[in-house]
Amino acid sequence: MPTHLQVNGQSYSLRSDPDTPLLYALREELGLTGSKYGCGEGQCGACTVLVDGTPRRSCLLPVGEAAGKSITTIEGLEKEGALHPVQEAFLDAGAFQCAYCTSGMIMSSVALLQKNPTPSAAEIAQSLQGNMCRCGTHPRIVVAVQQAAKAMRGPAQ
Amino acid sequence: MSDSEAKVLIEPERYEFAAHPIYHFDLQRRDFFKLLGAGIAVLSVTTSAAGALQESGGARGFRGEEAPKDITSWLHIGEDGRVTVFTGKVEIGQNIRTSLAQSVADELRVPFESVLMVMGDTALTPFDMGTFGSRSTPYMTPQLRRAASAARDLLVAEAAKKWNVAGDALVARDGKVSEPTSGQSLSYGELARGKALAQDMPEADPITPVAQWTVAGKALPKVDGRAFVTGKHQYTVDLRPPGLLHGKVLRAPSFGATLASIDTKAAAAVPGVTVVLDGNFVGVAAPSEGVAAKAIAALRAEWKETKQPSSAELFSHLKSNLESGDATRDTHEKGSVEDGLSQAAHRLAQTYTVAYIAHAPLEPRAAVAEWANGKLTVWTGTQRPFAVRDDLADVFHLTKDRVRVIVPDTGSAYGGKHTSDAALEAARLARAAGHPVKIVWTREEEFTWAYFRPAGVIDIKSGIASDGTLTAWEFHNYNSGGAGIGTPYSVANQRIQFHPANSPLRQGSYRGLAATANHFARESHMDELAHAAKMDPLEFRLKNITDPRLRDVFQAAAKSFGWPGKKSRDGQGFGMGGGIEKNGYVATCAEVAVDPSSGDVRVVRIVAAFECGAIVNPDGLRNQVIGANIMGLGGALFEAVEFQDGRITNPHFARYRVPRFRDVPQIDAVLLDRKDIPSAGAGETPIVGIAPAIGNAIFDATGVRLRSLPLVPNGLKT
Repeated sequence: MPTHLQVNGQSYSLRSDPDTPLLYALREELGLTGSKYGCGEGQCGACTVLVDGTPRRSCLLPVGEAAGKSITTIEGLEKEGALHPVQEAFLDAGAFQCAYCTSGMIMSSVALLQKNPTPSAAEIAQSLQGNMCRCGTHPRIVVAVQQAAKAMRGPAQ
Repeated sequence: MSDSEAKVLIEPERYEFAAHPIYHFDLQRRDFFKLLGAGIAVLSVTTSAAGALQESGGARGFRGEEAPKDITSWLHIGEDGRVTVFTGKVEIGQNIRTSLAQSVADELRVPFESVLMVMGDTALTPFDMGTFGSRSTPYMTPQLRRAASAARDLLVAEAAKKWNVAGDALVARDGKVSEPTSGQSLSYGELARGKALAQDMPEADPITPVAQWTVAGKALPKVDGRAFVTGKHQYTVDLRPPGLLHGKVLRAPSFGATLASIDTKAAAAVPGVTVVLDGNFVGVAAPSEGVAAKAIAALRAEWKETKQPSSAELFSHLKSNLESGDATRDTHEKGSVEDGLSQAAHRLAQTYTVAYIAHAPLEPRAAVAEWANGKLTVWTGTQRPFAVRDDLADVFHLTKDRVRVIVPDTGSAYGGKHTSDAALEAARLARAAGHPVKIVWTREEEFTWAYFRPAGVIDIKSGIASDGTLTAWEFHNYNSGGAGIGTPYSVANQRIQFHPANSPLRQGSYRGLAATANHFARESHMDELAHAAKMDPLEFRLKNITDPRLRDVFQAAAKSFGWPGKKSRDGQGFGMGGGIEKNGYVATCAEVAVDPSSGDVRVVRIVAAFECGAIVNPDGLRNQVIGANIMGLGGALFEAVEFQDGRITNPHFARYRVPRFRDVPQIDAVLLDRKDIPSAGAGETPIVGIAPAIGNAIFDATGVRLRSLPLVPNGLKT
């Protein structure tokens, strides 16, 4: 029985076993390689995707559990050539070095800003605690998230 | 020995692994134009070893008669004006793709956007020993600048010929050559049209003085930034050539174990699986990662294990297992340490240790290998593409021209990606399976089968006069290495030695090499001496520094930090550490907060002052300086690879703690731009000051002197 997945607004039928981690299904079967393997243990956050708006570690989430839910990956943020404000802010703040963690950082940040449009630096650090950056770009990532928050609130504020 | 000799790099690349210099370059000149179309090309050819110590392999032993000798880089200007630069350096997050392109654009007088860097491809780029040792900026940048300068001269000469005017009346700017009097101009593309003109770079073409830089020196954003924030950039792990299989290797249960027996029947019966058994190598290729993992689990292997040391006895093991023979290296002798000690008002002898730590790059070691028509192509994240090519050629009995290694911009390395393990594994499996094979190491494999920053023991004996002047300095490093071993302070009497030992774990390069260990020991000891002399640690250092650049970074860091700091609560402390390495100067100040009841140590604030000559890209530099300090925070506070009976006992991020957001303090980088000094690299040196600064701050806060890295893996026990 194929598993039906809803990814970035498109429907897919997957051959992968229901117990296959979502990360492998996305990367191997759908060719969506923006989500990264970093540890396979839910420790580094490089594989973070949104499942019904909630950030999840796709390396630990079986495809079967994701079936029927709305999944957003880094590839789904850009709309008609326009970057998501969080992507814009990362670019603008130069908030990456090797950038391997960047997809996961951006997805976690998008989820945070949906819940909390005005996070403090401490709240950003708290909610990105599960996302690792080995290059030590953390301070700029916090700045980028704050910039994105501001941009998403609009110019009036 | 003078002070300037004392800071000479002694044996900086001990852990860079043996290199095999290559003295031929297979691409013929006529091929350049086949590859890129008509245009103008300049080859950066090195005739002396000095400028290209590691970038070309020197000028010895060249056998091919017609191939250009010792090309280290080259650039091409096409008919559309596009500039393509070829260098064997690789991008691993240090932002060298951007800063090299900036320097070329600057020198060639073209818009930054018109420069394309082709990097780390053994079929396209000239030989390069590797991207390590903070060498790309000081060595590759001037070479590319000279090539660009020569290309600009060629373009100006072409225009002069066309207009029948003197070249020195013409101006090259914005990708055009123009004649100010008549106002006529031709774009570089127009000047290159129909040409197939290749020229060796003149020996000493002048390059643009720093004061006249227009593109270099600016905080330009990272090239291809959009591809990174959209997830479109393809790292090695993301490549999916048609027919791709996923590989996995059966790992031994412990270091030194050999295969006693293996039953592959069940694994080979899994549909789509190819099992390879070749000596001690057992691996599988399968249609997916999941199936590969199942096939590995289905292998029935018995191993013969051997007795291996454990981390509990590490430091005694190192000191009692020195390399045999006359292995002591990097010996500095100056004056008489014994006399210096007998003159001293205060004497101090202490021992410092550092643990093995892991690079833990977020992109694991990975490779994709593909065989076609007896040729092998491997994509892999490595700092040494040509060394990987050579290893592949050796292992598979191929001539080097049948192996191509391509390095996609890589998910970091920090000195950890020098070896060819994943490339060899993928290639072996791909050959057997008759399909391309991808190997991506698991995090556990990363923490176990890669190599580590060397552990070490450092013994220091010193003496100071009553006014704080150093009179004696004896320094012995066991195992961790000779980088940064010389003291940057003035001491009349010195004995400094590095003693290689037989390491129980596979060890290798790491950001800064042994300079992290040597600076930790030296700068901790300097702090102890300052307290013995009842002097402020800054004042004590300045008293013993003669190098003005070192003085400048210490003073700059102290000023920005507000040294000496004023304690406003219990458990607050301030410390500093710094030094010179790879022609970069660093001083780091740290403030810590120690919770007296829990023993929890938090770094509250860091100021790092750094000077590496003329700054090429202040934005990229700031990222490197801050990033190095955050990375160094982990090795300072809690990172340590633990092992027992030949097994790594903490091979997971859940048990090997690296800095996360809540560990990151307020951190400021003070960048000193010395436009009068050639640019040095910046990827490594900024990491060396943080560990001693934190250790010294903990002492200031609590009176407890910690002499082992990591300092507080389980909090401060008093």
